[in-house]
Amino acid sequence: MQEYDLIIIGGGPAGLAAAVSAKDQGIDSILILERDNQLGGILNQCIHNGFGLHTFKEELTGPEYSQRFIDKVTDLKIEYKLNTMVLDINSNKQVTAVNTEDGILELKAKAIILAMGCRERPRGALNIPGSRCAGIYTAGTAQKYVNVEGLMPGKEVVILGSGDIGLIMARRMTLEGANVKACVELMPHSSGLKRNIVQCLDDFNIPLKLSTTIINIHGHDRLEGVTIAQVAANRKPIKGTEEYIACDTLLLSVGLLPENELSRKANVVLNKVTGGPIVDESMQTSIAGIFTCGNVLHVHDLVDNVTTESYTAGKNAADCIKGIHQEGQSVEVFATEGVRYTVPSTINPKNIGNGIDVRFRVGEVHKSAYISVYFDDVREMHLKKKILTPGEMESVKLTKAVFDKYSDCKKITIKVEKE
Amino acid sequence: MSTRELTCIGCPVGCALTVELKGKEVISVSGNNCKIGENYGKKECTNPTRVVTSSVSVSGGESAVLPVKTESDIPKELIFDCVKALKGVIVKAPIHIGDVVLENVLNTGVNIIATKNINVV
Repeated sequence: MQEYDLIIIGGGPAGLAAAVSAKDQGIDSILILERDNQLGGILNQCIHNGFGLHTFKEELTGPEYSQRFIDKVTDLKIEYKLNTMVLDINSNKQVTAVNTEDGILELKAKAIILAMGCRERPRGALNIPGSRCAGIYTAGTAQKYVNVEGLMPGKEVVILGSGDIGLIMARRMTLEGANVKACVELMPHSSGLKRNIVQCLDDFNIPLKLSTTIINIHGHDRLEGVTIAQVAANRKPIKGTEEYIACDTLLLSVGLLPENELSRKANVVLNKVTGGPIVDESMQTSIAGIFTCGNVLHVHDLVDNVTTESYTAGKNAADCIKGIHQEGQSVEVFATEGVRYTVPSTINPKNIGNGIDVRFRVGEVHKSAYISVYFDDVREMHLKKKILTPGEMESVKLTKAVFDKYSDCKKITIKVEKE
Repeated sequence: MSTRELTCIGCPVGCALTVELKGKEVISVSGNNCKIGENYGKKECTNPTRVVTSSVSVSGGESAVLPVKTESDIPKELIFDCVKALKGVIVKAPIHIGDVVLENVLNTGVNIIATKNINVV
């Protein structure tokens, strides 16, 4: 059984940044396992721009952003295997993988970083009635067809859900000559970034129909149309609001699910809200020595946030391998009153350096509200926000100084307050 | 005097901007948290522009499609013509990020450049 200090599962933006960070901390024995035929992960098909404003202070496309990290991995001579599928990991940090060159690989690591990313919620998870015809794709599948394979999935398009990939594909398909007739969103607000509503829908006069959903799918062999209807506050369709839209293509952009099949095999405890592992301040899961970062941990809006989170995971995995990772007393972080979850869930102040960003999402839209952070019963932070929406990840920076101030604190609570 | 409500697209924060106009002249931009928002507000009301991203075909490469972008922003009303200008363009591998795929697209003075490295098969 071949041994490495660190095995990273996934060669997308999370895995690449984690590898670079661990190497910078002096770890030489690193292996990245990637199932695709190239490094870079989902960024390879995200050919639009808007990546890297925080990390590089310039606006890059997805492939340009990932190439910066691929170059670093190459320069640092970090080992990676492409076309390699990890079949199993266990809590002893043994990894079983397979590819056509090595056959079955049995590997062992001192630390593992889970960076497998996420996958799209498919039609089967939606309970839309109607025909099982061709022409229904997840938005990311259509994105791969258009941007990587050079194929157009259809001409008359309706998009269900207003996730960012759906919005980006509304623009992309329009530019490639398709007629995008509507973007239909069940919720009363968009789940995508505001800038994408402007530059992908408004720029092309594509209507965004909020509080509306698809109630029937028509077509025998190929999709012929969908019936949409407005929904009431309980999200049930309102009779009399039905409208038929003829189309040959339906794109689904209805959420992303962290891909944690391998994590489960290693008995990593998952968070019911995010679908990703529960982690501490070091991005360490419930199993010592198994770390995680990126969309497999919780779904991000911005790759820049994935990169910083992955640097943290890589550095801490390195500390763990070197035996200098600090164990001991942790403070629990609770999400309540409008805050759906936090990453991390526990914080050991000894491992945070000068401070730590706690990331979270709210459950609904709040206008003119406050994000409050309580250390036990004391409100330490009270941040005014013009708008909070579920589609945009929020974060608060907790400094080392504030942990020193509340050195006996047992519990940190993050909540939304009206005043 | 008139006002326009905009959402800044300069970064993912998406500031809600209010632009005050006198005829076609911008008097003030408010609601922005940084200089990008001020510039976007002014430009969007006078000469709106966008960076355009698309793709072209590749011959002899590891991948059949090359993603490309305009090197800088071009007038918004030229987006469709810009994508049309790329139809039929075939580039030969190897290709490096930043290679010029089409010079001076639509006489804008802006080049179309490659955004991915593609090796020879």
